[in-house]
Amino acid sequence: MDSALATTDPNMPETEVHAEHEHVALPQHRHHFETEEQQREAGSFGMWLFLLTEIMFFGGMFFAYLLYRNWYYPAFAVASNQLSVPLGTINTAVLITSGFCMAIGVWAAEVRKKGVLVAMLLLTTVFGLIFLGVKYDEYHEKYELHHIPGDSFNTSMFTNPAGYGIKEEPLAPDMAQKTQIFFFLYFAMTGMHALHMIIGIALLLWLTWRAQRGDFSSGYVAPIENFGLYWHFVDIVWIFLFPLLYLINRHPLH
Amino acid sequence: MSAAIGNTIVSLPDQTTAQIPKRNYINNEHGLLSWLLTGDHKRIAILYLISITFFFFIGGAFAGLIRLELLTPQPDLVSSDTYNKFFTMHGIIMIFLFLVPSVPATLGNFLIPIMLGAKDLAFPKINLLSWYLYVIGGTLTLAALVLGGVDTGWTFTTPLSTHYLNTHVITAAMAIFIAGFASIFTGLNFIVTIHRMRCPGMTWFRMPLFVWAHYAASLLMVLGTPVLAIALVLVALERIFGIGVFDPTKGGDPLLFQHLFWFYSHPAVYIMILPGMGVISEVISTFSRKRIFGYTAVAFSSVAIALFGFFVWEHHMFIMGVSNYSALVFSLLTMLVAVPSAIKIFNWAFTLQKGSITFETPMLYSFGFMGLFTIGGLTGVFLGSLGMDIHLTETYFIVAHFHFVMVGGMLMAFLAGIHFWWPKMTGRMYPESLSKLAAVTTFIGFNLTFLPQFILGYLGMPRRYHAYPPEFQVLNVLSTAGATVLGVGYMLPMLYLAWSLKYGAIAGDNPWQATGLEWQIQSPPLTENFTETPIMDHEAYDYEWLANKTKKEVTTVG
Repeated sequence: MDSALATTDPNMPETEVHAEHEHVALPQHRHHFETEEQQREAGSFGMWLFLLTEIMFFGGMFFAYLLYRNWYYPAFAVASNQLSVPLGTINTAVLITSGFCMAIGVWAAEVRKKGVLVAMLLLTTVFGLIFLGVKYDEYHEKYELHHIPGDSFNTSMFTNPAGYGIKEEPLAPDMAQKTQIFFFLYFAMTGMHALHMIIGIALLLWLTWRAQRGDFSSGYVAPIENFGLYWHFVDIVWIFLFPLLYLINRHPLH
Repeated sequence: MSAAIGNTIVSLPDQTTAQIPKRNYINNEHGLLSWLLTGDHKRIAILYLISITFFFFIGGAFAGLIRLELLTPQPDLVSSDTYNKFFTMHGIIMIFLFLVPSVPATLGNFLIPIMLGAKDLAFPKINLLSWYLYVIGGTLTLAALVLGGVDTGWTFTTPLSTHYLNTHVITAAMAIFIAGFASIFTGLNFIVTIHRMRCPGMTWFRMPLFVWAHYAASLLMVLGTPVLAIALVLVALERIFGIGVFDPTKGGDPLLFQHLFWFYSHPAVYIMILPGMGVISEVISTFSRKRIFGYTAVAFSSVAIALFGFFVWEHHMFIMGVSNYSALVFSLLTMLVAVPSAIKIFNWAFTLQKGSITFETPMLYSFGFMGLFTIGGLTGVFLGSLGMDIHLTETYFIVAHFHFVMVGGMLMAFLAGIHFWWPKMTGRMYPESLSKLAAVTTFIGFNLTFLPQFILGYLGMPRRYHAYPPEFQVLNVLSTAGATVLGVGYMLPMLYLAWSLKYGAIAGDNPWQATGLEWQIQSPPLTENFTETPIMDHEAYDYEWLANKTKKEVTTVG
């Protein structure tokens, strides 16, 4: 298009050359950016800012969690002991592996290896789905135990732990009620995280399709890079959730 | 250069031959779809302008109804819960659908890329998405209204909003959640654009102060709005599932909601006012024909306001049982915000000193802003002091205080900006004497409406009641009368600005002889803004540079 125009006159002043898009090599270059470099920088900067808003979004819940954990320490300690550390650990490993695949995928896009990129995006998706599957299993267990906050919430496991074969000190009924807040925050935080993963997996499928089509094989890798940032962010949120919800002060009584 | 003759600097081209440029962003493409699917920041700004004007008049209608009810001490016009719905709708619409997007989404959208010498914002599609989110948010708000209204007040105070009301809280919360993302995307777009899209030579300290103000406001939008989003999500979950996070009977704490809500909603006050301050900096400099006094101080004071703005939220909760020690700290921090605000006011005053001041309409509005914002700001210091706050909180003193800042300050600034850049946006002038009349009417109407409310509040009239003791009636009648005048003051610009679209005088490129990059291109601008990438080779507000440039143009043409 107009790139041909600009190359006809090499004596044009530098700025006018820019205005005529001399450096345009890619069809994905958008008209309002002077250079591809500028477009790429703007894109990734925008992504970082978006992640900043995400931090603030999760921050509200982290704040609530820390506050209530401080207030209702016995209830939070007992309730968090009910989460399965093995499953949490497996999920952490799965998610880190998924992130690793994504990182390899970004590298593959940068060195224009289409096959590796598609494979890595698919692996990232698969590990993401495994994570969600394990999460579903954990949620289902809570459902069966009536540990989902709301009208059907049942505190008897915390007022009478011996009856359930759990080695915990029984909680007074009012403190046992506070476990509901723990479980609400547990579901809100992991649920919001899972929602981000579901959105991420939808995006991954779309990116895989585009990668297969060859969109990212000619040096245009901004979507892959930016999605990589998003996916790593989702990982990092989990890296904070795992110790906060599952690990802190595990079994303080023993 | 023939400017500054008599009492005006308006330099219009010869009206017998003047023409609107053949090609510009307005006539570049035709048809409704070319507007609804546009990526052009200028067209999106116009879309925003139309939609916020629509919501402004809806919000204004509710204000009128509130004042009508308060004309008499008896609760005679509407029942108390209808009255509650009135002021809730007034608040929600005016804050989330008018004040927050007012200057940034219209003037900011239109001008920031041009002021930076860029062709567009960094993410045009996200910019358009932001408008659509705004429209969806607005539609949901109207849905909440039509379905029967919501009566929590715009603050969604828990447990009122979660337990005791059976109105459309969730619809309204969803509306604000979505409109919030519109604001996040606008802020994100501005920050990236300002960092990455400046033209050659446009250093940080050559940017117009309008851009600095928007940068600071964008930081607040990006960092604050998500916290509001999560607070509203929690309110909705609490209502639907009874999860107990704000419910004391289950161990939750209603105060936590206050913390989360005001962590956004106090900075939101600065989201609303900072872009207005940016407008005032441009207008004051142009009509004093002087470089803004203390450019660096004004630029950094914007950032300082944004920074301090994040550490004062608890002053909304002084009477809600927070610790006395933290109240003391927040009281001190609140007073600190007055410092950067005062820096701005003083620097504008020094810009005026020995300037060649003329009194065009934008300047009149700016003077209105300076006076009213100062009163609003200083009464904010009263409210920030703990003892005074206990007496004045939840009275009409608060109402008067934030209306002085938001309406007297921000709305004046918005109108100043709309008049100032109207020639650039449309290529036509508004009628000067009629608009001066509107500016004066607004000022008089405003003071008549809200000065009595300071006294009412001091005497102890509580806010949010639809009846009051008869001894307060005189002041309330004054206030309602003022609101009527104010209403006329706002109707006028809408009418004559619409009129000017067809019949206004052709404005030419630079009717004010202003220095900004936006005034060096045609009006209305081309879709791509500049025919070639500009190079910023002078400081901002350099009137000598402009004089030399104009002289050169005359010699080459003549």
